[in-house]
Amino acid sequence: MTFEEIQQRLAAKLGERIGALSPANKDPFLVVQAADLVAVCRLLKDDPDLAFDCLMNLSTVDWPKKNQIEVVYHLWSYPKRHSFILKVQLDRAGPEVPSVEPVWKSANWLEREQFDLMGVQFNGHPDLRRIMMPDDWVGHPLRKDYKEEAQWHNITTTRENSLEGYVRLDELAKKAAEAAAKKEVPS
Amino acid sequence: MKPLELPTMDMENKEVLRRIEITGDMLLNMGPQHPSTHGVINFLVQTDGEVMKRAIPEVGYLHRSLEKIGERCTYNGFMPYTDRVDYIAAMFANQGWAMAVERLLGLQVPKRAEYCRVIACELNRISSHLVSVGTMAMDIGAVTPFPYALREREFINDLLEELCGARLTYNYLRIGGVAFDLPSGYEEKVSSFLDHFEKILDEFNRLITYNEIFIKRLAHLAPIPGPMAIEYCLAGPNLRASGVGFDVRKDLPYSVYPDFQFDVPVGKGEVGTVGDSWDRFWCRVEEMRQSCRILRQALAQIPRDAQIMGKVPRKIKLPEGAEAYSRIESARGDMQYYVVAGPGENAHRVKIRTGSFTAMGIIDALSRGLMIADLVALIASLDVVAPEIDR
Repeated sequence: MTFEEIQQRLAAKLGERIGALSPANKDPFLVVQAADLVAVCRLLKDDPDLAFDCLMNLSTVDWPKKNQIEVVYHLWSYPKRHSFILKVQLDRAGPEVPSVEPVWKSANWLEREQFDLMGVQFNGHPDLRRIMMPDDWVGHPLRKDYKEEAQWHNITTTRENSLEGYVRLDELAKKAAEAAAKKEVPS
Repeated sequence: MKPLELPTMDMENKEVLRRIEITGDMLLNMGPQHPSTHGVINFLVQTDGEVMKRAIPEVGYLHRSLEKIGERCTYNGFMPYTDRVDYIAAMFANQGWAMAVERLLGLQVPKRAEYCRVIACELNRISSHLVSVGTMAMDIGAVTPFPYALREREFINDLLEELCGARLTYNYLRIGGVAFDLPSGYEEKVSSFLDHFEKILDEFNRLITYNEIFIKRLAHLAPIPGPMAIEYCLAGPNLRASGVGFDVRKDLPYSVYPDFQFDVPVGKGEVGTVGDSWDRFWCRVEEMRQSCRILRQALAQIPRDAQIMGKVPRKIKLPEGAEAYSRIESARGDMQYYVVAGPGENAHRVKIRTGSFTAMGIIDALSRGLMIADLVALIASLDVVAPEIDR
């Protein structure tokens, strides 16, 4: 099924809660409300014509300008060989979304990763711990405004730039040429 | 005699990095530097003897935040970093990134470049599977196949070195094409290697795949049924061993794969249950044979025109918020890149989904009731590579 057919089928079942497809550059996607997410996912999985049995990717995108964090669900159906993209748009200050772990088990680790790196709270997740960073890490590194601490448990996270103090020869020559040109102009 | 005085640790007042609390049972740390964990992974094994109650994978030791680096580099500048996603099969990570950006740009890649990519990737697939089957045999105690496999891998490393100058982190692909054309006489060299290697595969099967002891060790071990494999989003040979015949090259054809005739080996439970550890091993061995078939066809069909780079703008700029998704069949399964373009010359967000990451997620569920020694075989049969999990 194409993206449009899948969207129409969802709209037929769930009515007004399903909006129109948003055209992206390549793949259109469907924006759903966080409250409707699990119902939509269940329908996508259980409907025999849709049969999305695999959540293949879960990613988050931080948009500081729009004050939004988008959670993007890439779905894939092995029996039907079609795919679909769901998006949930959340407030940047306290992003919370229900977990889809009860629907697809692969969401367990994918959601843990996004919780760790982007700080999205997945409500109802059975084991929401950090996965990549240490447990006592402060902040969520993939946020656009993330500032790295200078050290973590006395381990420095920065290092000196060994090239500092050196000047590139071609830039030196360029500067000399510019200076010479400036001198020539007044005379 | 004075009793030996052991140093006591004042745990109460120390900041202890303990990620999980288990009381009552014995808690073993397997790893992070355990020879059979294939890199730096830690397994917290909750056990009451030899039979595990649970093994909890703790990853993240090799997290280099490649996704964050991807947001800071230009599109072309990120290419060498993608090599480090999976250093055993670096060519695929190259191709996934190149394909995602080409899709964003709407670029057409010259036919010869596509063939060069396929040749490089299939060679890389063979070398990656050789490492996988070799180390798997070694992990469960058969040392002989490992040098056999690595000897063959050396030939491929030499071939790839001749192609792009590197033996491990190739940086061979470019957005819109490949960096170098095939050197002169390369086709003959590859086909003479294939002549040699196909015989070795039969020898390898006699040596280990159908070895009585090996089969007894692996048959019926940790079988993953097909629906469970899909539920946990396994990919690649792990998925196909469970009886799900899905290969991105076949089902969502990309590059020039539609030009080739090849089969997708699917686990049949020849010696045990469908989806057991032996099936996963066998799938990889068979895939090497199919890669040889693809390589032979690619070498015969490669177009003779000299163009290897498409028309790529010098500065790649894309409309902000444009997004693309690419799926390729890596040696470790379905590798996917999700790229969102930023306002300047770099991406706003790069997400890399790898086969090893999802394969690690299933270990917790599978490990219940397994022996500790079988955990080693299970990890090896899933063919996880630590940097690919953590990225």
